[in-house]
Amino acid sequence: MGGFLLRRIGQGLLVVIGVTLIVFIATRMVGDPVKVMLPLSATDAQRAAFAQQIGLDRPIGAQFVDFVGDMARLDFGESLWQRRPALDVVLERLPNTLKLIGAGLGLAILLSLPLGAIAALRPGGWVDRTTVFVGLFGLSLPQFWFGLLMIVFFAVTLGWLPTSGMGGARYYILPAITLALPSLARLVMLVRSSMIDELNQQYVRTARAKGLHFRRVVMVHAMRNTLVPFVTLAGWELISALAGYTVVVETVFAWPGLGLTAMQAIQKSDLFLLQAIVFIVAVLIVIINVGLDVIYKLIDPRIRLA
Amino acid sequence: MNISAMSNNEPLLEIDRLKVEFDTRRGLVQGLRGVTLSIGRGETLGVVGESGSGKSVTAQAVMGLIDMPGRIASGDIRWKGRSLLGADGERYARDIRGKEVAMVFQDPMTSLNPVLRVGTQIGEVLERHLGMTRKQARTRSEELLAAVGISAPGRRLDQHPHEFSGGMRQRVMIAMAIACEPQLLIADEPTTALDVTIQAQILELLAELQQSLGLSIVLITHDLGVVAGLCHRVAVMYAGQIIETGQAEDVFERPAHPYTQGLLRSTPRLDEVSDRLISIDGTPPNLVTPPDGCSFQQRCPLSGEACKKAPQLAHIRPDAEAACWQPSTPAWATPLMTPSISH
Amino acid sequence: MAIPMPVTTPVATTRKAVQRPTLMAKLDELGRELWQDKLGTLGFAVIVALVLMAIFAPLIAPYDPAAQSVMSRLKPPAWLPKGTWEHLLGTDHLGRDVLSRVIYGARASLIVGVLVVLFAGTFGVVLGLWSGFKGGRTDAVIMRIVDVQVAFPGLLLILLVISVIGPSMTTMVIVLAVTNWMVYARVVRGIVLSVRQTPYVEAAEMIGCRTSRVIFRHILPNLTSPLLTLGILEFTNIVLAEAALSFLGLGVQPPATSWGLDVANGRDYIFVAWWLITFPGLSIATTVLAVNLFASWVRVTTDPQEREKRFAYQRAKAAARSKRRQPTPAARSHGGRS
Repeated sequence: MGGFLLRRIGQGLLVVIGVTLIVFIATRMVGDPVKVMLPLSATDAQRAAFAQQIGLDRPIGAQFVDFVGDMARLDFGESLWQRRPALDVVLERLPNTLKLIGAGLGLAILLSLPLGAIAALRPGGWVDRTTVFVGLFGLSLPQFWFGLLMIVFFAVTLGWLPTSGMGGARYYILPAITLALPSLARLVMLVRSSMIDELNQQYVRTARAKGLHFRRVVMVHAMRNTLVPFVTLAGWELISALAGYTVVVETVFAWPGLGLTAMQAIQKSDLFLLQAIVFIVAVLIVIINVGLDVIYKLIDPRIRLA
Repeated sequence: MNISAMSNNEPLLEIDRLKVEFDTRRGLVQGLRGVTLSIGRGETLGVVGESGSGKSVTAQAVMGLIDMPGRIASGDIRWKGRSLLGADGERYARDIRGKEVAMVFQDPMTSLNPVLRVGTQIGEVLERHLGMTRKQARTRSEELLAAVGISAPGRRLDQHPHEFSGGMRQRVMIAMAIACEPQLLIADEPTTALDVTIQAQILELLAELQQSLGLSIVLITHDLGVVAGLCHRVAVMYAGQIIETGQAEDVFERPAHPYTQGLLRSTPRLDEVSDRLISIDGTPPNLVTPPDGCSFQQRCPLSGEACKKAPQLAHIRPDAEAACWQPSTPAWATPLMTPSISH
Repeated sequence: MAIPMPVTTPVATTRKAVQRPTLMAKLDELGRELWQDKLGTLGFAVIVALVLMAIFAPLIAPYDPAAQSVMSRLKPPAWLPKGTWEHLLGTDHLGRDVLSRVIYGARASLIVGVLVVLFAGTFGVVLGLWSGFKGGRTDAVIMRIVDVQVAFPGLLLILLVISVIGPSMTTMVIVLAVTNWMVYARVVRGIVLSVRQTPYVEAAEMIGCRTSRVIFRHILPNLTSPLLTLGILEFTNIVLAEAALSFLGLGVQPPATSWGLDVANGRDYIFVAWWLITFPGLSIATTVLAVNLFASWVRVTTDPQEREKRFAYQRAKAAARSKRRQPTPAARSHGGRS
């Protein structure tokens, strides 16, 4: 267990180093932060001063050492837009994103298991066909469009729910459903096809030959095996939501999370804030990945963590 | 049902003119074409035949494991005189299966649920059929593992199938099958997937259990040696039908059907040095369009005009039946030999 | 490794004896199977229509998609009061014809989708094959790169890179290709590893088949089905990603058109001109839905087991239907296909 964790953490370190490298190359070598961050009207003197302030006048090697040092100390510089340390802004907005992901993914996970299982029990039956169709729609509707339609219908036309922003429980409903839709579609299709697969496995025939109740064959035997790919996909959904898939939902619903902040940082040309967001999220993903591996081990005894 | 009327000679399991079909893209495959079989108490029946002859389908039909695209088209399966088919039969069957009839499958590597502990998988049968509590089931499971020759059973109960070897897994399967002390055990090629040395051990275990529990066993195999060593009676299947049945020694000594003769002739022997293996020329018929008349006629050296009509299983001696117009006629030149007993 | 073995003649003769169906017959059967699956057929038809629409956009579209007209701003679709038949689907806030923009918008989606799948797919497949065949250190390094890149905060990095380089269609294609190759490499490597362990490939290697023959005759056929399905599904992901990036203002830039861009433009008029977001959004949804419907047919058809099961269900359904029509349970012949 210890050796495994060390290896995983080592790999996580590689991820963080890779992200650092890409951010550095993108911001310092491919793009010119001075051009990106200062307004067009800035004078040459202002540009030179800014370049010196962030160390652009020094050799690229020295810049990289500084850059890595700053990242290691979680010093991302000052957000130009908010006029305060970029890290503070990130830490302030992060919980909002986590709450949104919790509501959305929670919904997707809670619905997908029973729906997919029921569909798998009668492949080709009407529940199955409905599930497949709903799944296809969930995979096919662009999230931003679905979100806008929900706003038009439930918030504007019916006036039942707030159009945007963050507040009490009612504010969560539309963004959570919008975030959940594609995840729910993928998860429900996975549960369905995995359950159909598992129900065709030899061990299920054994269980049936033992005269077990159908419910136990499905809920215990097949479901426990389905959980293995399910947890993998659910983990992937969690990571890709963190990796930026909330950006669209947060933009549509003006949800004050990291995604919206990233879009605002782009509009305000606030490169320091953007790189702080990318870096913190990368570290979060590494931590979650290690956590997920431990969960896999609990669910699938065949995985060895040695 | 009148229980008292059931004498000891009355068969446990009767399969009556059973037809099973598989609806495939290539057409309707007639997997079983009217199979009639019965097995009495304490009896061991060997079912032999090549792959695709319908041995396994027969077992699956008894255990209710015929799934899409297959279906039972006609015929009946009765347990102690009561049908296992139809809505009523299904309900009855669910309480019988795993309790009074149990099955051991061919591939122990895939037959156990990989993510559940072995103890759970044995215990759930006891909880389902005997109404044991989890604790009682655990104690009993430990005894069962010991009974099938697994050492340190208490520790093994908490392990998962991947921590067992193939032979050990088959022992677990057997422990699961005999958990409720069934009257009939169906073993579908229980040793095919195992090493030769392990095969002998598993067969020995089955023989022992039969002695101690008074089990009836249906042993499905393509290994005639196994049948000779273990079975009282034998049924030979070909192209979805039973073409010969009788006392095992009797059938081996005086095979009546040309196919049985060919099968025995092609069994390699240890005590005889031979240049080549003998086989039966040709292939079994396509079961989408089975031939009119005898299904073996294309490969049979004896085939003639009469074989255009399908022969029925008929008594050739008391307690021996064959489906052939010229039973007990030597079909091949090479002398016949009984297979060596593998034990 | 290469042990020369005498060619056994029986194999050759039986091979000749089996008549292989001609290509036309196979296509004919495929066509008939597709027709059986109404949704798959619908999806296929929509895809064909979309491709034609994208190619012949200048011939079909009634207006230049960028042509503005102050006189006819925010006209509703033709069937509504105040709508005109000159603008079937209405006009936007600059008086541009929505129908023409929807027709031209297909180009961005299809081009980006196809290019990204092609680039990422080729790169991923090559790396996956290399990894699976070489094994050892090569495999370890490639798979480590895949693992690491999969754990990147993908979309956020894309946003950062695009905002630095500047958004354009080319940027988008490159960035999406660079961030989407890993799945192909993983799938291909997995299949290569598992197929190499199968007895028939071991046998082929043992009797001295050349590596190229092993790859093309024995391994590639195992790759086509999953790769086809994967490629089609990835295509839908890319179309959605293109739409999302364009919606966020980081994809296709005006004056070029894209469905995602149009939804973003219409967002400010959501209360007065619902048609501005409705039709481009519907176009994205229709495209992706059509491809998904077709993909699920492809997946079933390329999997022999699934194909049998589907056939059996259709038979069972047809039987149930005809039973309802004619209550006599007469034995029907099963030879021919309806």
